[in-house]
Amino acid sequence: MATAGEVFRRSLTETVGQVCDDSSSSSELHVLAVDDSLVDRKVIERLLKISSCKVTAVESGTRALQYLGLDGERASVGFNGLKVNLIMTDYSMPGMTGYELLKKIKESSVLREIPVVVMSSENILTRIDRCLEEGAEEFLLKPVKLDDVKRLKDFIMKGDGKDGGETRILKRKQLDGYASLSSPSPSVACDPSSPLMPSSSPSARSSKRAKLRNKD
Amino acid sequence: MDRNHLKRQVDFMKRSFLDQGYLDEQFIQLEELQDDDNPNFVEEIVTLFFNDSARLLQNIEQALVSGPIDFAKLDNYMHQFKGSSSSIGAKRVKDECTRFKEYCTAGNAEGCFRTFVQVKQEHATLRTKLETYFQLARQAGPPGTSRGQVR
Repeated sequence: MATAGEVFRRSLTETVGQVCDDSSSSSELHVLAVDDSLVDRKVIERLLKISSCKVTAVESGTRALQYLGLDGERASVGFNGLKVNLIMTDYSMPGMTGYELLKKIKESSVLREIPVVVMSSENILTRIDRCLEEGAEEFLLKPVKLDDVKRLKDFIMKGDGKDGGETRILKRKQLDGYASLSSPSPSVACDPSSPLMPSSSPSARSSKRAKLRNKD
Repeated sequence: MDRNHLKRQVDFMKRSFLDQGYLDEQFIQLEELQDDDNPNFVEEIVTLFFNDSARLLQNIEQALVSGPIDFAKLDNYMHQFKGSSSSIGAKRVKDECTRFKEYCTAGNAEGCFRTFVQVKQEHATLRTKLETYFQLARQAGPPGTSRGQVR
């Protein structure tokens, strides 16, 4: 993953969330994937590599925090110098869940700018809501598809949240489609004529979710 | 000629797996992730799955036969097993897992036992089928290469 030259490039005080500032690395995104399942780690690794991303895959939230330098011990000494542009984490993991990892990341002044995506094989609306409320960019249903990764990559490369809110809401609509027992309607998945306005503030998110519920 | 015939056989086999519900779309998705540099990705993942799942199945078996049943623990193991089955597109296995989990939730030990037999059965069946499939696929060679070509 990290090449010989890309070791300690900055201290913890620098912002970690910027996308295009580093001239020594390529324009490749570096994604930290967190999943306790070896099979799933391998799959997500492949999906990301095919999408021209650098990948670091770890098996737990604890390992992820260690990698990010936030394990509370020897923080700056143990910190890996390769900046992380995106974190993709499984929800159900033993020990620290993906939700707990998400919280810890968003509570950290150093790491909170890194977009976090939560993945789960279970389409549980309260779970999805909780993650989105805590600041997850997106909630992906497993098995994750190449299209999901491509869309994520486009979103991150844009470097801002303009699309984030809309993507979140579109995904939420799509998940609503699955959750209701009728067959999922493909038209819901990508609706450019949607009246929903992109926004990432918590109150705006709540009112969007309320709107979605009323639509069901 | 021979290679084309093999390729057709491979495709036919895959089609029948899909039609009979042994595999689902996820398997196809995984095949699309293969390229010249990673021509055996799916076989590697499937091998990983069968090695990993053997361990999980053992844990479940243990949990079923030793003492009073801890349904929460069973459900947890099965959740992991179901997850990786789903990741490789093992549809029938996954469906049996779902059934098992339902019995877990209902606290129905007998249902769990019965369904577990099915889970193991589907798992073993799929393993055999995929072993044959990959053997054939390797003989047929990656798409686009001709026989005898050195990589």
